[in-house]
Amino acid sequence: MKEENTDIQEKPFKPSSPTNRLSFKAEWEYAEAPESTDHISIEDRYGLFIDGKFIEPEKGRYFKSINPANEEVLAEIAEATQQDVNKAVEAARNAYEKTWSKLEAKERGKYIFRIARLIQERAREFSVIETMDGGKPIRESRDVDIPLAAAHFFYYAGWADKLEYAFPGKEVTSLGVAGQIIPWNFPLLMLAWKIAPALATGNTVVLKPAETTSLTALKFAELCRDAGLPEGVVNIVTGAGQTGSHIVDHDDIDKIAFTGSTEVGKIIMKTLAGTDKKYTLELGGKGPNIIFEDAPIDQAVEGIINAIFFNQGHVCCAGSRLLVQEGVADKVINKLRDRMETLIVGDPLDKNTDVGAINSKQQYEKINEYLELGVDEGADIFQSSADLPDNGYFCKPTIFTNVAQSNRIVQDEIFGPVLTVQTFRTAQEGIEKANNTPYGLAGGVWTDKGSKIFRVGQNIDNGVVWSNTYNQFDPTSPFGGYKESGVGREGGLHGLYGYVKFK
Amino acid sequence: MPMKNTNETITDFTQTVPIDQVGVESRVARLNSRSIKKESKIEALKMALSMIDLTTLEGMDTEGKVIQLCQKAMKPHASLPDLPTVAAVCVYPNMVKVAKERLKGSGIHVASVATSFPSGMATLEDKLEETKRAVEYGADEVDMVISRGKFLKGEYNFVFDEIQAVKEACGDAHLKVILETGELQTYENVRKASDLAMQAGADFIKTSTGKIQPAATQPVTLVMLEAIRDYYYETGRMVGMKPAGGIRKAKQAIQYLVLVKETLGSNWLTPDYFRFGASSLTNDLLMQIVKQQTGVYQSLNYFSND
Repeated sequence: MKEENTDIQEKPFKPSSPTNRLSFKAEWEYAEAPESTDHISIEDRYGLFIDGKFIEPEKGRYFKSINPANEEVLAEIAEATQQDVNKAVEAARNAYEKTWSKLEAKERGKYIFRIARLIQERAREFSVIETMDGGKPIRESRDVDIPLAAAHFFYYAGWADKLEYAFPGKEVTSLGVAGQIIPWNFPLLMLAWKIAPALATGNTVVLKPAETTSLTALKFAELCRDAGLPEGVVNIVTGAGQTGSHIVDHDDIDKIAFTGSTEVGKIIMKTLAGTDKKYTLELGGKGPNIIFEDAPIDQAVEGIINAIFFNQGHVCCAGSRLLVQEGVADKVINKLRDRMETLIVGDPLDKNTDVGAINSKQQYEKINEYLELGVDEGADIFQSSADLPDNGYFCKPTIFTNVAQSNRIVQDEIFGPVLTVQTFRTAQEGIEKANNTPYGLAGGVWTDKGSKIFRVGQNIDNGVVWSNTYNQFDPTSPFGGYKESGVGREGGLHGLYGYVKFK
Repeated sequence: MPMKNTNETITDFTQTVPIDQVGVESRVARLNSRSIKKESKIEALKMALSMIDLTTLEGMDTEGKVIQLCQKAMKPHASLPDLPTVAAVCVYPNMVKVAKERLKGSGIHVASVATSFPSGMATLEDKLEETKRAVEYGADEVDMVISRGKFLKGEYNFVFDEIQAVKEACGDAHLKVILETGELQTYENVRKASDLAMQAGADFIKTSTGKIQPAATQPVTLVMLEAIRDYYYETGRMVGMKPAGGIRKAKQAIQYLVLVKETLGSNWLTPDYFRFGASSLTNDLLMQIVKQQTGVYQSLNYFSND
């Protein structure tokens, strides 16, 4: 994958295309600036957090959590089996019946505020662990994941005693026990998206973090204990897909909230069909990022970078399909390539790292398969010349040009730092290409013209369309997908709907 | 991109290159989060020192003050003889001879402001006369101001022709064109003025006179660096950049260097293509260099005030 088999500057779309290139082979290099890990304490082995206590799993099975940046074992994590899940659900049901649903709403809110403040207090610890466990750059866990997780708890804490204003004229009650399954790309943040609205509306929780990134959820369990949260309100069971299916199948769970792949989402939907469980699913995406020729180009290039290389592209709403209007295509691709050269790939704990490690060996192999597939499909590959560390799972930022709508690299969610670039002539063509996918999660529109933002944005079947920016999140803003990208909304007022029923 | 005229070289400046303010500012914020430590910090401090246009532009400047400044330029800190010298000393035209004399043989350039600095409110004839005089006195570099009034009025051809005429009057001296971005109101105007100045022949584009607030800011500098980048992509000619005014701390200077490094690449990280218009920055750089070497901050009393 190393050689550039096609050089774009040698065959531009237009003869007038610029050919001068910048050099980033700097004599002045940034020295290493690793975030310290001295203050972090990770146990050798973690049990399951059930009914306010860490307990051993019934069958005594543990699996290893690996730091993907150096392939070292961080801790052993318990694998929850059917019996363990039963125990957790029972604890959650008990807590729901005896304490949590009886508590005054105002008091519920206080607990959630307390959790939010504790996350803020321990933000540095959580950021470092998130980065060690998942491979994302410390800059992102420090500036995005952890602050946003705290913000979600703050936001929903505020709703706890104001539900009558959230649903004016209606009376709502909680559902009971919520089973929640979250992915590995934003471990603590996804936990916050799930737990905060569930608690605020008076439900109790059984949550399963992804098997490669359980640590911050287990740290969060400690934090719940520190916050004095009544036992059993939050239960954390760890394990892989099997554990997840025990949760989905469980009779005494009233609601399933899942974030993950469309494939698993479909299985869950089938399982839940015919039951009276409520569910919200937040699934895959293949986000179109549409650049018009009247866009602020330099800022758009920055937006393309943020859209696809944020969190190594492990983002369901990543802008993984670049659609650029043909008049500026050469210019945008040229600038993009130069910009990619300045991305620092490497040690996720280094404060200057832009692109960290791929989350797991499995994902690393999947991405590499797609890189080969792209080349086989006849696309032109360009990768930044970044040196990758010898150990750990790393992938160079990659773009594919000369691709077609029928290519699998254009159709499939790769979930890695891989961007496909297509051109379009008219706005209509751009919209058609954007919508020609089973997914419909998020996308971007870049133009200086306000009316075009609305005209194009309204015609893209996506839950989120950002204009002249990308990957902006806020707890007050609902998030969710169209088509095969999911069911229901999380965040904002809409996020409360999934956890209440009307009387 | 603005439309090209038939001769393929001059842009139609009534067209505007869109710049997204939020995007520019968030890019700057992201670059500011770069952590520059250890050797890379020492290197940056020395590099910044070598890029300074040590400046005095006061009505009450004296020959004595200019001489003092020249001494500082050549030997920034007596106890650290191995430090680089600054790039240039920047003065009013009537001080050029004094500076030239004092800096002889040092390799340090003399820069002179001209064209009725800082307002630029003079006739073209006077401006050209002043420029020629400054060069005749020995200025290696001329820092001119653009006619902001004409620019804001949309008389781009006037501004273009004026810069071209001053460039011609400069002869071999390098021309820095001061846009006075604090008066240009929008990033799009900053971009337009940058494009215009470069196409009219500027060797450097410079943010500010230092007499108007705000002077240099990082977002404005980024917009100008991006203009330089586009001009380089189009023509292959490297134009230099000089933020001036308000850069007082070493930390700010390093942030500017990061901006340059990640926007234009390593070729611009030399005094030939990047300068700081500053005076008090020098001492903060020296203080930080000493701190890096000794581990402690020394009192300001140990650094000469010039």
